[in-house]
Amino acid sequence: MTAQAAAAGGAPDAEIPGGGAASITVEHLTMRFGGLIAIDDVSLQAATGRITAVIGPNGAGKTTVFNCLTGFYKPSVGRLILHHPRHDYLLERLEGYRTAQDAGVARTFQNIRLFPRMTVLENLIVAQHNKLMRASGYTVLGLFGFKGYRDAEAKAVELARYWLDRIHLTDKADWDAGNLPYGDQRRLEIARAMCTEPLLLCLDEPAAGLNPRESHELNSLLTYIRDQHKIGVLLIEHDMSVVMHISDHIIVLDYGRKISDGTPEQVRNDPAVIRAYLGDDEEGGGGPS
Amino acid sequence: MSVTTASGIDVHPLDLRAMLKEAGITALVIFALAAALVGFETTDIPGGIGINTRFDDVAVVVALGFFGRIALILLRVHRPGPVLIGAPVLVVVMLVMLLAQSLFGPETGAAVQRFLPFQDPVVLWGLLFVTVVIGIRAYLSRRHIASEESAQAREERLDHFAAQVQHAARFLGPALLAFALLFPFLPAANRHLLDIAILVITYIMLGWGLNIVVGLAGLLDLGYVAFYAVGAYSFALLATYLDVSFWISLPFAGLMAALAGVILGFPVLRLRGDYLAIVTLGFGEMIRVILLNWYEFTGGPDGISGIPRPSFFGIAEFSRSSDNSFHDLFGLEYSSLQRIIFLYYLILAMAMVVNLFSMRIRKLPISRAWEALREDETACRSLGINPRNTKLTAFGIGAMFAGFAGSFFATRQGFISPESFTFIESAVILAIVVLGGFGSQIGVVVAAILLIGMPEFFRELQQYRMLAFGMAMVLIMLWRPAGLLAHREPTIRLFGRGKSLESKS
Amino acid sequence: MQNSFAYFVDQLINGLTLGSIYGLIAIGYTMVYGIIGMINFAHGEIFMIGSFVSIITFLILGMAGVTWVPLALLIVLIVAMLLTSIYGWTLERVAYRPLRGSPRLAALITAIGMSIFLQNYVQLLQGARNKPMQPVISGGVTVMQDQGYVVSLSYMQMIIIVVTVVLMAAFTLMITRTSLGRAQRACEQDRNMAALIGVNVDRTISLTFVVGAMLASVAGLMFLLYYGVIDFFIGFLAGIKAFTAAVLGGIGSLPGAMLGGLLIGLIEAFWSGYFTVEYKDVAAFSILVLVLVFRPSGLLGKPDIEKV
Repeated sequence: MTAQAAAAGGAPDAEIPGGGAASITVEHLTMRFGGLIAIDDVSLQAATGRITAVIGPNGAGKTTVFNCLTGFYKPSVGRLILHHPRHDYLLERLEGYRTAQDAGVARTFQNIRLFPRMTVLENLIVAQHNKLMRASGYTVLGLFGFKGYRDAEAKAVELARYWLDRIHLTDKADWDAGNLPYGDQRRLEIARAMCTEPLLLCLDEPAAGLNPRESHELNSLLTYIRDQHKIGVLLIEHDMSVVMHISDHIIVLDYGRKISDGTPEQVRNDPAVIRAYLGDDEEGGGGPS
Repeated sequence: MSVTTASGIDVHPLDLRAMLKEAGITALVIFALAAALVGFETTDIPGGIGINTRFDDVAVVVALGFFGRIALILLRVHRPGPVLIGAPVLVVVMLVMLLAQSLFGPETGAAVQRFLPFQDPVVLWGLLFVTVVIGIRAYLSRRHIASEESAQAREERLDHFAAQVQHAARFLGPALLAFALLFPFLPAANRHLLDIAILVITYIMLGWGLNIVVGLAGLLDLGYVAFYAVGAYSFALLATYLDVSFWISLPFAGLMAALAGVILGFPVLRLRGDYLAIVTLGFGEMIRVILLNWYEFTGGPDGISGIPRPSFFGIAEFSRSSDNSFHDLFGLEYSSLQRIIFLYYLILAMAMVVNLFSMRIRKLPISRAWEALREDETACRSLGINPRNTKLTAFGIGAMFAGFAGSFFATRQGFISPESFTFIESAVILAIVVLGGFGSQIGVVVAAILLIGMPEFFRELQQYRMLAFGMAMVLIMLWRPAGLLAHREPTIRLFGRGKSLESKS
Repeated sequence: MQNSFAYFVDQLINGLTLGSIYGLIAIGYTMVYGIIGMINFAHGEIFMIGSFVSIITFLILGMAGVTWVPLALLIVLIVAMLLTSIYGWTLERVAYRPLRGSPRLAALITAIGMSIFLQNYVQLLQGARNKPMQPVISGGVTVMQDQGYVVSLSYMQMIIIVVTVVLMAAFTLMITRTSLGRAQRACEQDRNMAALIGVNVDRTISLTFVVGAMLASVAGLMFLLYYGVIDFFIGFLAGIKAFTAAVLGGIGSLPGAMLGGLLIGLIEAFWSGYFTVEYKDVAAFSILVLVLVFRPSGLLGKPDIEKV
């Protein structure tokens, strides 16, 4: 892994604040919309088995970074290298949906995007689409009810059940996703992303709109994912109680540039960050919640 | 502003002036709409066109609009009294006048009927129906049911009803199938009835096919008939030019239609839904234009005739004099009905294949992906689902079934021409799916019987058919956008059916 | 003969005339799309109703003895615009407004339903046969002569092109200078925000349909005068082509609609002139597909950036 990351031109693993082997390496990412430069020459790394937070004031370009990483935008300049056990993937060259299918990058959205008229369980099964498609012989064998498909489906349900238990939604498995309360929908979206069995999980403001108790639950879910599944977790967040509590590594963006990159301790004391937040750094200190 | 009476019903104060003003405006708008198109009729006269006047009709329409609006306002403010009196009186008067001939004898009856505003009985019966509906609504609003119900509560009630129908379909379906299987041997089944049944089942099959595209994948295909045409012509050309038998050309025709669907879909399926709709609409028209103009190949407007009839699975022919004829094979008397019955079973079997396919595929990942794409394409991409291929599959499969139906059509008619494949046909099939409800198998059956069977029995309805279809499509979308009998049953459950209903409260 | 320059000019004139008619209809599509984001499938039918109202008014005027052509034309124009615009208004009020905010598919199907309904409504009331009309304006001027091929510009063609130019100018003024135009542009950008700052959104949308229908009725009148024959089905093809024009120009863009209309008219005229008349509808449709595939935002439209 180390050799691969180095070969791909990424910085050596030891340099990632918070430790861990690199899961993704972003090099000189620039994104322009017409005349507007949304991201300006940003390079960063996020590690496997660590939680990396991307923070910054509104309009700093955080979601744009995510959209580039997850294949929704094609970057104007730059390389996005995903370090996969098979081989490295250059994400900017993959067609949108392939970032999830091949490279194993999963994401959630700022405005929750579930399939509201499908049930909770179905949402989680749809996330395992590609695996199940192969099992169903691309539909042909499935139509004739081959046993292989039924087994695969049972396994898929098992995986879904595993995540339902983690997010405490097992009871509501047969509800329409759109009928769930807001906090449940947030967690379900994370579970759905995890059902794709990703290497890198990108969460766009997962704590937005959650009450303190739900926010706390989210923290334990994310640390569980990090510790048990050993994947890279990249998250955009405004809620500093979440960020400071669970992140191993924080990257700060402002006006499309990276202004700070380090452990929570380092970032908290970085004058550039304090300036960017206009003295809002008390929030960064995080209350004992 | 509202007053609650002892019975708990809100009675809003009635502002007479506002009411008259509103009704007046309605009447004025209706007058403007009707003035030219209803008030004057262009007629053919030697050397050009002339014009007739129909001012009485305009007056009636305007009056109807005025009083109809007043009735609706009264219902809205929960003062149904005048409507409860007015509607039944109107109904009785109209009924008496409509049935005057049989009530008072032909002469007096005709005299009475001269006072009727429109001469066309269908319009009058339609008017009667609307009056009855308003009357019933007035009665219900007195008892405080329908008008106060929130949209959500109504949706829930309708969904519950649709769910019950679908549940019932599990028992009703096989019963219906058994009936369909026995139908040709019922004493009532004559040639005419069998023809209608074949027609209805063809549309059921087309409806089920389109339901995969529209109902499951949410892709509005307005050129479905183009694939029907591709199937029909592929079959006809193969059979007449190359002498290929029905059973060999059938799969080929389906394949050609699917190929046409994929070729059309490939560039346009990544577009937004409304673009897709208009491109498919244009495609349907284009296919027709090509069929019409490519004389050498398709025979142009003359079409292709002499398309061979299907044999009995290649074993025997349905003809009076043949070396291996069906009736000889089974030792029966020759009857021209035998072929019709065979065609009936053929289309029934084809339709059942589509039905079985639709039911099975719902449990497969591809169908879940279709539904997911319909719900949120962006989310699907983030889960690694290839939107284009997934949609193409739906489009291709839908087209293939249309192709099969098309070859059946060709072999049944023995003659095809571009005239059979106009936009109207696409619209009819879409109306069946919309009326029946997206994704509802039983809904399509009910809708096809209603929309195709009824006008065949009541010939007078024929000219109003498309008008009614258009209106029905609008009304259903306004009333219940998912379609009349649409109800989504989960494709997979963690718990049994009972448990989830209970937890849903 | 096809090689002569005169033949080319002749096709050019035909194309411009046809394009003017398509352009006027296309504006209705593009405006409605801009403001409520739906394709008003029934717009072609509004155009058809416009030409029916025109022919009926002509016949009435003929009976009433109004024979001075300019006066007759003016009256027909006013009546057609007035009555057709009420169809546009009613269409929005009855069928589209209740569905605002419901799934896109529902709005689309409603629009198709309305289109089918209006087509059959006119067919039932006025009969299915062709409605021919005596030419009202005849004559023209000879533009050029080349190798014995005479190119003439008929007065009819002149009127069509001039009326279109005048209407376009008036319409552009309306959009850029009047408060209705401002309200319309505001609603196009952000309907909720417009409502918050006091724009009457319902009224603005209604007026958009009214204006679109008025332009379509003028197109209907000109179609009637130019071809001299109409039937209840003319809205279907004209609708598809005008929509193609709107997409080609960039849907949502008003100058784009006009440009697209002219281009489609020209393509159709040259296709018929140099290749085959039969496949001219196929040509228009192929362009639609090509534009959608290679440049979905059209010639003058803004590209659509997906917000995630």
